[in-house]
Amino acid sequence: MNPPVKTDVEVPALAPTLRSRHLLGIADMMPEEISLVLDTAVAMKEIGSRSVKKVPALRGKTVVNLFFEPSTRTRTSFEIAEKRLSADTLNVAIATSSVVKGETLADTALNLEAMQPDMIVLRHSSSGTCHLLSRICRSAIINAGDGTHEHPTQALLDAFTIRERKKQLAGLKVAIIGDLLHSRVLRSNIHLLTKMGADVWVCGPPTLIPTDIRRFGVQVTSYVNEAVSGADVVMLLRIQLERMEGAYFPSLREYFNLFGMTEARLRLAKTDVMIMHPGPMNRGVEIASEVADGPYSVILDQVANGVAVRMAVLYLLAGGAKDEEAA
Amino acid sequence: MKRLLKGGRVVDPVNGIDGIRDVLIDGEHIARVARDLPVDGAAVIEVAGGLVVCPGLIDMHVHLREPGQEHKETVATGTASAVAGGFTAVACMPNTSPVNDNANVTSYILAKAAEAGLARVYPIGAVSRGSKGELLADIGDLRQAGCVAITDDGHPVATALLMRRALEYAGMFDMPVIEHCEDPSLKGDGVAHEGFHAAALGLRGIPGAAEALGAERGILLAELTGSAFHVAHMSARPSLRAVRRGKDAGIRVTCEVAPHHFTLTDEALTAPIPYDTNTKMNPPLREAADRDAMVQGIVDGSVDAIATDHAPHHYDEKKVEFDRAPFGIVGLETAVPLVFDRLVHTGLIRLARVIELMSINPAKILRVAGGTLSEGAPADITILAPDLKVRIEASRLRSRSKNTPFDGWQLRGGVAATIVGGRTVFTNGEVALNV
Repeated sequence: MNPPVKTDVEVPALAPTLRSRHLLGIADMMPEEISLVLDTAVAMKEIGSRSVKKVPALRGKTVVNLFFEPSTRTRTSFEIAEKRLSADTLNVAIATSSVVKGETLADTALNLEAMQPDMIVLRHSSSGTCHLLSRICRSAIINAGDGTHEHPTQALLDAFTIRERKKQLAGLKVAIIGDLLHSRVLRSNIHLLTKMGADVWVCGPPTLIPTDIRRFGVQVTSYVNEAVSGADVVMLLRIQLERMEGAYFPSLREYFNLFGMTEARLRLAKTDVMIMHPGPMNRGVEIASEVADGPYSVILDQVANGVAVRMAVLYLLAGGAKDEEAA
Repeated sequence: MKRLLKGGRVVDPVNGIDGIRDVLIDGEHIARVARDLPVDGAAVIEVAGGLVVCPGLIDMHVHLREPGQEHKETVATGTASAVAGGFTAVACMPNTSPVNDNANVTSYILAKAAEAGLARVYPIGAVSRGSKGELLADIGDLRQAGCVAITDDGHPVATALLMRRALEYAGMFDMPVIEHCEDPSLKGDGVAHEGFHAAALGLRGIPGAAEALGAERGILLAELTGSAFHVAHMSARPSLRAVRRGKDAGIRVTCEVAPHHFTLTDEALTAPIPYDTNTKMNPPLREAADRDAMVQGIVDGSVDAIATDHAPHHYDEKKVEFDRAPFGIVGLETAVPLVFDRLVHTGLIRLARVIELMSINPAKILRVAGGTLSEGAPADITILAPDLKVRIEASRLRSRSKNTPFDGWQLRGGVAATIVGGRTVFTNGEVALNV
């Protein structure tokens, strides 16, 4: 049983801080840092269960949520996390459609920077934008999803959710099924799960499998039964309807027939399998409604845990306990 | 006026010379190359031991950006960059604004080159009007105005039929068609080589097969028409295979490789600077097996020329999201150091082969003067400093643009001086030489 947490958060002793000022991706993180975030998130989750859901950890800090792509889940999750830590938050949503005529990303970022924020949470449709901003900004950059590169807080909240149920990640068979090619969630999850010792299987039609993905240390298959068989965790990735136009697969119907997660297929998995989806779901395409709404689904737990994990990331990047003592 | 280059190691493969010789320049031409020539009133230039006197280097693939994109480069700044890089001549691509698809643009470029008075400039005209891939440009006019080849570079020639016609028609003037080999549907909106690094970084891939399809098409049509076809900036293994097969079959095909493609791999996308837009070019940096194949082709003679694909872009244009950045890097001032450091000092090729790749063959392919120090040839001479320690500094490049992935690189081998038409147009302050 966890002891009750008071106003501030107890930070585990293992790795006192994160090495980087930024969270650009899971690729750069060490296993100890991942554990640190997950352990910190346990304490953060407790804050969310209180009647007064607020701690002063980020009081006086300004966080800009800079979103160049529409997002409901991630943006609100970050915003709630920031508010629970008492940060001053600012939401900037910019449509990218007019970007050719408009200001460059670098100029937008530098203009925001001139107002001295402490952190920028960035979501952008181009891969590598967080790296770009980290080179030109003083603020800490938190990647809230960049193109098809990474979505590190999603992978962290997925890991947190798995760990809540399975205690540890090492040794678990995790099957990730769907559009692997265009998924930043996939890349972050592969980095995280392989670093933490999970047995990762990825599955999708060959047209949607990134080149040389085996080099990440994962098993690759286009046969969904092989991926699901004996799995502890089955994670479905969204199939975007416009992929049909790129001739990646013939129809959503055929996709569902070959890859869709049905109750029948799920019987091949372990009896205590967890069903996960980063959202938004396409019911009847990558996942049958019976599975999404069924007893194995932890999809809404993922959303709930997103707040705690993002609080942990914000807290640790803001300097954790050390900064507060100095203040 | 006579000038005598005294005491250097002269490498002139066309005349079978590799040894200490004197070179006598009379006005704009080479008068004599021999041992211990008498001074006889000539101004003497002592060439220090260890320096190499060779036929002027020719870069057959550069973008000078003028007219229309003078914020990236002008004919003046581009040729300043060329001579600083040891090139006495450059051939410039027609994707200017407006496109060099008519004699007026060609004449304008040549006038600017004459005004600058640095490197010789050989304009390359467009295959199609506006490089739009529909109607042929006025190729005869372009030829008369001074174009030495045609291409729709930046893009492949739109259709196989248009490529066939271009080859047939240009054949009348004995001009090669230079092709940016690429299947547009396979390239799609790709921004990097389709491989592990692009996959890890979430960048859309361009497979080597996209280039090879373009090369195969051109080679088949060169066979059909009997005309000369040249593969620009080759980067992929299957393209090299296609070129070798074409040559074995006696088809008139030649190819060039850029220094970045024999030096770097797609790993540069990840490190040292992730998503560095100066590692974005088209064709992209390929995987190690492709890079090694390009080196092998250079060594075994399958590759005809080294050309830089010098593609200046303003830093504002490169300081953007990776997928929005324009393709290309500058190359004129980094080519010689990379050739020495990566190919010569590693023992892969000898100096005579360097001259073949960077002077003799480009002259042959474009049917222009140069490639030799024969008596009566234009006095276009590059003096190389094979052991000079060079540190590439982007901010100090003569090019108007600084987009290079080689900033900070320490390399062995550089340029001591560049002489065009008997006039010294560049001397390197770091090499003791009284030119």
